[in-house]
Amino acid sequence: MIPELGQGALLVALGLALYGGLAAAVAGRTGRASLLQSAQHAAVGVFVLVIGALVLLTYAFLRFDFSVRYVATNTNLGTPFYYRITAVWGALEGSIILWGSMLALYTLVVIVTQRERAREFYPWVLATMLGVLTFFLLVMTIAAPPFSRLTPIPADGRGLNPLLEDTGMITHPVALYLGFTGFTVPFAFAIAALATGRVGEAWIVLTRRWTIVAWYFLSLGLLIGGWWSYHVLGWGGYWAWDPVENAAFMPWLTGTALLHSVMIQERRRMLKLWNLTLVILTFSLTLFGTFLTRSGIIASVHAFTQGTIGVFFLAFLALVVLGALGLLAWRWEALRSTGELDSVVSRESAFLLNNVLLVAAGFTVFFGTVFPLLSEAVRGTKVSVGAPFFNQVNVPLFLSLIFLMGVGPLIAWRRASWENLRRNFVWPVTIGVVGAALFWAMGIRSALAVLALTLTVFVAATIALDFARATRARLRSGQSALPAMAGLLVRHNRRYGGFVVHLGILVITLGVTGSQAWSVQTETTLRQGEVAQLAGYRVRFDGLSPSQESNHFRVIGRFTVSNGRARPTVMQPAKKFYPQESSPIAGVDYELGFREDLYLVLGDFTRDGTQATVKIQVNRLVSWIWIGGLILTLGTVLAILPERRPRPA
Amino acid sequence: MKRVWPWLIPLSAIPLLLLLAYGFRLNPRDVPSPLVGRPAAAFALTTFDGQPVSLESLRGKVVVLNFWASWCNPACYDEAPVLERGWRAWRDRGVMVVGVDIQDTVDAAQKFMREFRLTFPNARDVNGQVSIDYGVYGVPETFFIDRQGRIRAKHVGAVTDADFRSKVEALVAEPS
Repeated sequence: MIPELGQGALLVALGLALYGGLAAAVAGRTGRASLLQSAQHAAVGVFVLVIGALVLLTYAFLRFDFSVRYVATNTNLGTPFYYRITAVWGALEGSIILWGSMLALYTLVVIVTQRERAREFYPWVLATMLGVLTFFLLVMTIAAPPFSRLTPIPADGRGLNPLLEDTGMITHPVALYLGFTGFTVPFAFAIAALATGRVGEAWIVLTRRWTIVAWYFLSLGLLIGGWWSYHVLGWGGYWAWDPVENAAFMPWLTGTALLHSVMIQERRRMLKLWNLTLVILTFSLTLFGTFLTRSGIIASVHAFTQGTIGVFFLAFLALVVLGALGLLAWRWEALRSTGELDSVVSRESAFLLNNVLLVAAGFTVFFGTVFPLLSEAVRGTKVSVGAPFFNQVNVPLFLSLIFLMGVGPLIAWRRASWENLRRNFVWPVTIGVVGAALFWAMGIRSALAVLALTLTVFVAATIALDFARATRARLRSGQSALPAMAGLLVRHNRRYGGFVVHLGILVITLGVTGSQAWSVQTETTLRQGEVAQLAGYRVRFDGLSPSQESNHFRVIGRFTVSNGRARPTVMQPAKKFYPQESSPIAGVDYELGFREDLYLVLGDFTRDGTQATVKIQVNRLVSWIWIGGLILTLGTVLAILPERRPRPA
Repeated sequence: MKRVWPWLIPLSAIPLLLLLAYGFRLNPRDVPSPLVGRPAAAFALTTFDGQPVSLESLRGKVVVLNFWASWCNPACYDEAPVLERGWRAWRDRGVMVVGVDIQDTVDAAQKFMREFRLTFPNARDVNGQVSIDYGVYGVPETFFIDRQGRIRAKHVGAVTDADFRSKVEALVAEPS
């Protein structure tokens, strides 16, 4: 009964979305308010039905309804309650429902907030969003139906992929999908701008917050993914340039470019064409990412099952890319820039350069990701492109971007004078140079690390300088220090929100630099009572103990760790054996710290428990990556607060 | 004046889309097995019925060696009837189907075999040695071994009737 209800809800939702999309488009052409009204009702209906289907699927999971194939393949009777909920989106079908729910949610929010504000664009925005929803509902009803039945009904299910039994799995997909689907809103506005021919600044002003929100959730999704990789996978890293990580990273890169380039259009009415292209590119890349994960054309740890779904996604991707770029070509004459670049030394050109670098990074990631496909198509040989390629190409690009992060916000619009440059950059550059000397004196010999840290210090100094100057100006007008600072943040929230986000990125850079440059590790086999030493830590192997959990068996190693400073602690890395997995899963144990993390992974052991292999890692500064994520969050919140001052003309 | 060249922008996306479409013809898990063309690793197992089964004893027959598990749903569930049909159709022409159950419990495996009424020999790979020798990456995987005991083909994922027939037909036609 429940599965049929769910299936029915999705079918009705498909009909409503299709109707609503068409009705909104007709309303856009003819301006008939009653049709628009009706499309709006349809969209609300879609929202209710898709959320309903998600709830029903969750219910089937909680009740172990193994007559549903999707439930049977992704849980078993041993799956703990909490993970039965995350299992809902643990595989293909459920992840599409989650995706659809978020898109429906965004559509609802658009209806509530943009109906009046964005009157000229609204019908086309609604039509576009319902069009995208129609596609996802088509996938849910035909290519990957989550409610399809299984006969004979198995007594027990297969169980969730053990790697997904982690708290990160509740937040990682949700954040990532909020990011992915969030870019549908700016895309819908871009299509509306092209359809109506209003390609000026209006759509950009309206979508600024949406873009920031989508960008933020995408960033958060990537960071949580990194955290999951770090503390679950047991290889001690947070980023591996896996095709699917890349798939999420590419829209992040173009989305970041977009966040910056729209400011130029807002101020200088330049880059109309470029901004529309970036929106289309970003949205297409979110689809491409989904296509990549779900079509099975590229092997990856994240890859879902294969099937007809890839064909669906590719067809839709083709429709979006060709349709949107076709509209762009059609509106070509209206997209000519009205402004011109006055000087190479200006904020515009700093932002342009930032865009070029971000898109170049996006392109290299794209190229590296699809290269195996290209190679096989052209030469018939299988190759894989690994981390060295991506690092080699992207590290210089990212370092240049960090440098621009210091220059862009402080350099003058139009044409920077010597006075402007001297006033804003003499101190930060000096501080950066002093910093570099200091790092050298501290014994840092990696040129790359010194460069990264120096740039970080330089950018931090530009931000500090700007903030100090603005505060001092307020102090002169008689305010005391704290209210002056708080007032500054609130009154100029856009500017300082951006600065705080930049600080977050700097802190993440610090973490990445530290972990790449100074982490150490060793792998050693210990007898009971033996001690291994690494970077000041003494790790003693005390023994093994078995334990039977609800859905797996685990062997827990006991290690006493001392580092001469604090009291010795006991760490318990484990190995988990799931009946449905051919190889055991690592249960990492770690102690996080600001300076470094101690990270233990249990390897092979003898059956009698007298001997075990352990991988010991001391990972430096990794925690700052997560702290950077928190700062990023603060900055985003600040940036999207309602503005309290009139917009500068 | 209407320009033509802006339309080159959407057109430029077409080769890329074609490349992605080409990707469907490939299976990324279909890594060419280095074992193909080499002598198959010997194994000696005991079936669920308590009978011994070894590669040695099957020399001279075409052997279809299938690795499966009861939790491997849906692929193993899809191919179990295919294997049973194939076995019934070809057993008289010197074809032997052997199932190797890996990473499984005895109860669940026996329920699986009852459900599909499997009559060809199935054995448990108790310590996983056979699946290691054959480089099994995931279930189901099927190896087609010729009369001389060489691995001639490896199939990843559920075997269809057509797969079974085409592979076995060629091997049976070879002189022994």
